[in-house]
Amino acid sequence: MSQDTHAEHHDVIAEIKKVTIILSVLTIVELILGFWMIGITSEGLRLAIKGVIVILMMAKAFYIVAYFMHLKHELKNLIMTIVVPLALFIWFIIAFLADGNSFKNLRNNYDPYFKEQATIKAEKKEHGAHGATPSSHEKGASNEGEHKTKEGHK
Amino acid sequence: MSNVTTASTKEAKWWNGGKSPFDVEYGKVMMWYFLMSDAFTFGAFLISYGTVRFSTNGWPDPNLVFKSFPFAPEGVNAPLVFVSIMTFILIVSSVTMVLAVHAGKMMDKKGVVKYMIWTIIGGIAFLSCQAWEWNHLHHEGAWWGRNPFMNADGTASTSNFTNFFFTITGFHGFHVFSGVVINIVMLIMTLMDKFEQRGHYLMIEKAGLYWHFVDLVWVFVFTCFYLL
Repeated sequence: MSQDTHAEHHDVIAEIKKVTIILSVLTIVELILGFWMIGITSEGLRLAIKGVIVILMMAKAFYIVAYFMHLKHELKNLIMTIVVPLALFIWFIIAFLADGNSFKNLRNNYDPYFKEQATIKAEKKEHGAHGATPSSHEKGASNEGEHKTKEGHK
Repeated sequence: MSNVTTASTKEAKWWNGGKSPFDVEYGKVMMWYFLMSDAFTFGAFLISYGTVRFSTNGWPDPNLVFKSFPFAPEGVNAPLVFVSIMTFILIVSSVTMVLAVHAGKMMDKKGVVKYMIWTIIGGIAFLSCQAWEWNHLHHEGAWWGRNPFMNADGTASTSNFTNFFFTITGFHGFHVFSGVVINIVMLIMTLMDKFEQRGHYLMIEKAGLYWHFVDLVWVFVFTCFYLL
């Protein structure tokens, strides 16, 4: 009996080690992709990298839930009770993101003010620079100018 | 443990009565249900963030916003560095929590105490990092309702970015804080021999579930705010 638990102990420790390494490697790959993405301007490639990052994120979530939270070793009854309701997220994510995107397209088509706002360049602000003057031509920028002057007095 | 495996391999009829169909204790099932509801809360936050971001033309570049580092000179440009340290702190504290749970299963009080202390240290380290980051962003002029960072394409941005960032990382930080408090209570109970008297360390497993959930949420928050 004691030999049995001893062998089991080693199995568990080996599994923890394995999952730790997997999680670290996945995180490091995510970070490498993140650093790589800094210099990339092509929208399509950026989107592809973001897709890969999301897949890696799901893989990390799987390893944490399955092994660290021990769900993989529970009975199927419990696994299904937890996982099946979470499938609602598939619909939530698709529906809400599509809705947001459609709202953006509608406003760009039918709301000239909204579209114009997206073309006005904000003033380039250096951090800690003094004397940033509030600009008069655009509401958002003038608010930001105020914050900047407040910052300058600190 | 070995009982469980033999029972499940025999294709037992779990719903015929006379035994627990989930084969875990009540508290653990309830912890799973709580975590599921909490997952929906965080999911709602993150999906609303995604919806607003999808409905906006421009958005600030996280690599330009989160580029500083404690004790580094003012104009340092180190995107992703500080947040990757925070991420690893949380992963490591999750690993020490698994080890504490395992030590509890082996009825190894010393191991539980040791790994709980490491887990608490990890949680406090994470909270300190977050406190530094919030403080730093606040000094740069970012807070609920105001956003000093311009969009990635150089256009003026709205305060949506900072509102979502502070709300969601704040809610997560509050979970980390609760987790640290729970872990400290568990450590004190272990030191008082409460679990030795009960004959099991199931409470450590439940606290562990909560702590891993906090780590799990950070995986999503970290990706959504700092990488994408």
